[in-house]
Amino acid sequence: MRCDQCHERDAVVHLTQIAQDQVVTLHLCEKCAAEKGVESGAAVGKSPVGQFLATMGKGMEAGGVMPGPTSGDRCPGCGATLSDFRESGRLGCATCYRTFESSLRDLLRRLHGSSRHIGERYVPPGDSPLPPADSAVQLRQQLRLAVDTEDFELAAELRDRLRAVEGEV
Amino acid sequence: MIDLSLLPDGGMAWLDGSGPESHLVLSTRIRLARNLSSHPFTPRSTAADREGVLADVVVVARETVSLRNAITFRLDALERTDRQLLHERHLVSKELAALGEPGTVRAGAALLVQDRSGVMLNEEDHLRIQGLRSGFALEAAYADIDRVDTELGQRLPFAFHPEFGYLTSCPTNVGTGLRASVLIHLPGLVLTKEISKVLQGLAQVGLTFRGLYGEGSEVVGNFFQLSNQTTLGKSEQELLDHLGKMVRQVIAYEEQARQVLLRDVPTIIEDKVWRAYGLLRYARTLSFDETMNLLSGVRLGVGLGLIEQVGLYTLNKLLVHTQPAHLAVLAGIRPDDPELNVRRAEYVRGLLADETGRRG
Repeated sequence: MRCDQCHERDAVVHLTQIAQDQVVTLHLCEKCAAEKGVESGAAVGKSPVGQFLATMGKGMEAGGVMPGPTSGDRCPGCGATLSDFRESGRLGCATCYRTFESSLRDLLRRLHGSSRHIGERYVPPGDSPLPPADSAVQLRQQLRLAVDTEDFELAAELRDRLRAVEGEV
Repeated sequence: MIDLSLLPDGGMAWLDGSGPESHLVLSTRIRLARNLSSHPFTPRSTAADREGVLADVVVVARETVSLRNAITFRLDALERTDRQLLHERHLVSKELAALGEPGTVRAGAALLVQDRSGVMLNEEDHLRIQGLRSGFALEAAYADIDRVDTELGQRLPFAFHPEFGYLTSCPTNVGTGLRASVLIHLPGLVLTKEISKVLQGLAQVGLTFRGLYGEGSEVVGNFFQLSNQTTLGKSEQELLDHLGKMVRQVIAYEEQARQVLLRDVPTIIEDKVWRAYGLLRYARTLSFDETMNLLSGVRLGVGLGLIEQVGLYTLNKLLVHTQPAHLAVLAGIRPDDPELNVRRAEYVRGLLADETGRRG
């Protein structure tokens, strides 16, 4: 994807801003992003995660276009905060994924193009198989949550998946 | 000094040049990132957590078929040269072997190896289950580690999320936790200057490339590791199929490039590969990078049928044993000894002279 600003270099920073009540996403190369005051270097490294996290941090400070907890929330599993994650690019434990679920869902979608695992399903020792991710009940729950948190992009995706699942029955 | 002869074929079975497409593809490696739900991930763990992970895995490994006879190396109990040896054999990452700065090995860092699979413990993730095969062999390498993954996962609670899949310390590995890499030699594309176009094309279809030693390493000797970039939203099989399809395409491009070189500039190519051979055969001092580049030239000459004096096995053996730690052990000196380049040239001359003698 080309940079929205110079139309020359590849876009590596995806900046979501609110301007006049409109959510605008700018795809920028490192140079143009730096000119706009988005850091993507030193503290966060040059990885796509680091760059995303940098913009995520800005987004949250600017008034919360990102859903999810504020920087102060701590993971009950390991005590890590979202700021710890932004600094290191690493999650602290399995529970972090529950604690910061909605922020991470968005990040995973940007990194992988999807947040839904469709590979091998794991059955922990001594457990009955986990329900499939796309059970209608689960999807409906997620859809309600998405609507509540006004994540309409996710809601649209969930609605489509729900239709597909219900269509299969 | 660790005894690498304990490893199956000294841990070098993957370099024997016997696998599919081994004239171009050196090896295929796949890893699965897994974490135990019972402990914090490695970057947030204490030494006691990591000892716990190590103990849990070692105990259950004995109950499995795939790791029952595994050899365990505790990296935190090994000298730097030994850790470097394991890294040069592509058995442990640079990070786990603590070969960068500050060079202190994390307590609990370990490696289990049996046959063609192994597990790195307390790397960025608790377990990095890995398989290594000679040549282009994605299916076979995956079958090896899938068994290890299943057997361990039945006995230890892996961190898994119904929507996100297997959970990893870094979100770039979430989902399948699968990264498959094919180590491929592409001198034709480099010489015809087509390589950057090919690599850009791969980036557009979700693949990435790294150097000889994986993440963060430089490309030397025209060896590229091609691998999947994303791990979530596709099944394990889809990821392997996609990489496989693209690698086959790259192989076709490389072969085309070689034909173009032979057709358009035959003298230049012949001169290039024979010069490389001549330098390796007679030089009195050789740095590691120079050796890798010259070996690349000779490998190209062998692939084009121009050089018949050397076999793939010898080229692979040279590739392994001229690396600093391997050579230092062979020569009985330290890897940073200034004598190393002289010893490297001696070793290469000796091996090539033997091979020429045999082949006439």
